[in-house]
Amino acid sequence: MTSNNKKELLLEMKNIHIDGFSDERWHKILKGVDLNLYRGEILGLIGESGAGKSTMGKAAMGYTQPGCKIIKGEIFFNGTDLAKLTEFEKRKIWGTKISYVAQSAAASFNPAHRLMDQTISAANRAKINPTDLLRKDAVQLYESLQLPDAKNIGERYPHQVSGGQLQRIMTAMAMSPRPELIIFDEPTTALDVTTQVEVLSAMRSIVDKFNTAAIYITHDLAVVAQMADRIKVLRYGEEVEESETREMLSNPKEEYTKSLWSVRSLIKPEETNNDYMLSIKNIDAAYGSSKVLHDVSVNIPRGKTVAIVGESGSGKSTTARVITGLLPQTKGEIIFDGKKLSPKLEQRSKEELRRIQIIFQMPDTAMNPKQTVDEIIGRPIEFYHGVKGKERETKVIELLKMIELDETFLDRLPSELSGGQKQRICIARALAANPDLIICDEVTSALDQIVQEGILKLLQKLQKDLGVTYIFITHDIATVKAISDEIVVMYQGKVVEQGLKSKILNPPHPDYTELLLSSVPEMDPDWLTNLLNKRSN
Amino acid sequence: MPGDFATEILGQSATKSSVEALRSELGLDKHPIPRYFEWLSNVFQGDFGSSFSGRSKVQGDQGDRSRLVVELIIPRLKNTLFLTGVSALVAIPLALLLGISAALYRNSVYDRSATGFSLITVSSPEFFTGYIFILLLATLFPVFPTIANVNEDTSLIDRFYLTALPVFTLTLVTMGHMMRMTRSAIINILSSEYIEMAKLSGATRYEVIVKHALPNAWAPIAQVITINLAYMLIGSVVVEFVFNYQGIGRLMVGSVYNRDIPVVQACALIFASTYVILNLLADLIGIISNPRLLYPK
Repeated sequence: MTSNNKKELLLEMKNIHIDGFSDERWHKILKGVDLNLYRGEILGLIGESGAGKSTMGKAAMGYTQPGCKIIKGEIFFNGTDLAKLTEFEKRKIWGTKISYVAQSAAASFNPAHRLMDQTISAANRAKINPTDLLRKDAVQLYESLQLPDAKNIGERYPHQVSGGQLQRIMTAMAMSPRPELIIFDEPTTALDVTTQVEVLSAMRSIVDKFNTAAIYITHDLAVVAQMADRIKVLRYGEEVEESETREMLSNPKEEYTKSLWSVRSLIKPEETNNDYMLSIKNIDAAYGSSKVLHDVSVNIPRGKTVAIVGESGSGKSTTARVITGLLPQTKGEIIFDGKKLSPKLEQRSKEELRRIQIIFQMPDTAMNPKQTVDEIIGRPIEFYHGVKGKERETKVIELLKMIELDETFLDRLPSELSGGQKQRICIARALAANPDLIICDEVTSALDQIVQEGILKLLQKLQKDLGVTYIFITHDIATVKAISDEIVVMYQGKVVEQGLKSKILNPPHPDYTELLLSSVPEMDPDWLTNLLNKRSN
Repeated sequence: MPGDFATEILGQSATKSSVEALRSELGLDKHPIPRYFEWLSNVFQGDFGSSFSGRSKVQGDQGDRSRLVVELIIPRLKNTLFLTGVSALVAIPLALLLGISAALYRNSVYDRSATGFSLITVSSPEFFTGYIFILLLATLFPVFPTIANVNEDTSLIDRFYLTALPVFTLTLVTMGHMMRMTRSAIINILSSEYIEMAKLSGATRYEVIVKHALPNAWAPIAQVITINLAYMLIGSVVVEFVFNYQGIGRLMVGSVYNRDIPVVQACALIFASTYVILNLLADLIGIISNPRLLYPK
């Protein structure tokens, strides 16, 4: 966040058109976007998936993914048009003058090489300094990124460190040759909120320290607000609007930009009762010899929504697996509608199975890609209710209408649906069983914010109409605010607390809840600064 | 196999009693299960028994020329190992080089012709390739001999010269498989995110392939190399026959013909253990080349 008085132009992209080849034809990915970036400035690039923001970020390096090509446009970096350079000439700029930080650090490090070798590889190739100096510098970068055991962490392999650490090491790798520009491509999207805060502050301070210019790509407005001096909003490969961060947050001009944070305004009045649909009592569970749930007890009131929140590894999804019988508990019991449920799936009756349904995070992998929508939704109708033929078809169409789709979808395959539509089909499949309890396991985390809002509204409407009970597993606090009546906070396989939404979200909190809630980025450009000040006091 | 050594050696005119006599002398009349365990315990002590053939028909004759199986096999095994070893030294580096370069310039004319040609060589059986070589390099242009006739006194240089055609044949039939596998293992990895990352940090094409893709491709490549090594050793049966080379494959074929069971068993045992040992080796390479397995968390 440096103020630029000189305003020396570093990168100037003019009228960028990029086409991509997929499904046997060329699509327009970018339709004439301009971008200016000054030295030492951070530009936020936001939009939903498919908006072309990643393509734009890579194009800033003069790079396009295989299957994409630059149709038109100029990319001036320090006065040179990257679009006109040969591969050979561009390679001299990549990794040294412009470096790239990818979304999934775990997949972007080569598993066969030690972290240190990868960190200094670009600087080493360009012979910026002798190897031993580069190594020393890398250790200093690790230190300033607050990595544990900075001296030796570079000797490890990628699989030996955590996701948040890898993301910081990748930032060190990008910084090692002291580039003039860094492209951050959704660097914190795959991280937990608590880890995200650490990574964000580390990245921000190091970019500040070396006065490096950066393009920060994300779909999360609250995150970009912490990082960027200016924000550009993209949609369908076109620019929606651009302005200074504060201006953009306080006074967005376009309807679309306003809708981007509408999900955060979705609020549900809380209600609860003492009539429990499901209660799990003192559950222990383990994968092999590693115990993952310790004495977990949760009550789910009938017809209400209980959100289970916590970071990855906290045991939220394992709890869901225990309830469904996929992972039998080693201790404790599950009472469903007044009756004890057998731990093992095979020992539960068909009726018990019907009454508890689950919707998964990734609709792509939760549906058989070779089955049509009709088969996917029709199968539970046949299986649980024994309904066939004409009656079955009527029921499937009825369900499609319930999820705000229609009979034109019957013959489609999952690959012919959008992300939001796929998740709707998964919801319809769960509803087809006519269940009393639906477990939603991170059902909105793979979706864009606007699509998320649609799905959440749909789930609320279904609850109102059908009186179904939800267990809503998520790590996203905004979603929790939008949908839940009660909240359960989990940490390291234990329940930290359970209670009404208002009680959990308002102080006083147990330490972990406090950490979790305070780590959720807010739509305030000073949020991160204030939070770090508060935590260091 | 129909018949046994006794009926085979004594011919059709043999009397029933002489067949019985030979059988009891060789121990062929005993129950198979005790015979198996007797053989097994001897094998563990390094005794593979004696060959049936070459033995004197008269008991106690001083001129008994029956030989120990081990004595019979070792020189032949050395010949086969020499042939396989030389073929491997030619085929493996060549296959890796061709595979890596085909991946480097994939979909180029070079890549297409290399993969196309390798498909032809993999599909041609050894005896066909062998005779083509004989036709070209021994008959039409007499550069190499048709028969790879070596004995214990043959010098090393002569051995190379004499075995040239069998080596060419074995190289050609195995190289294609290894080359294609190397190419596809590398190309598979080229779509990984860390390869894009390497490109974006300025790595050259060569670096991307050799430094970033190859180290992650060793496991499948080692697997296919060892399968082909085993195939060379065992596939040499045909090649040795074509070029009349005194190797273990030819010995086995001859012994099967004579129903000389102790020799056949020993050969089969050698072939089988080759497969087991080489596969074990491939697994070990897979572990060593993968830091995830070598250095657990």
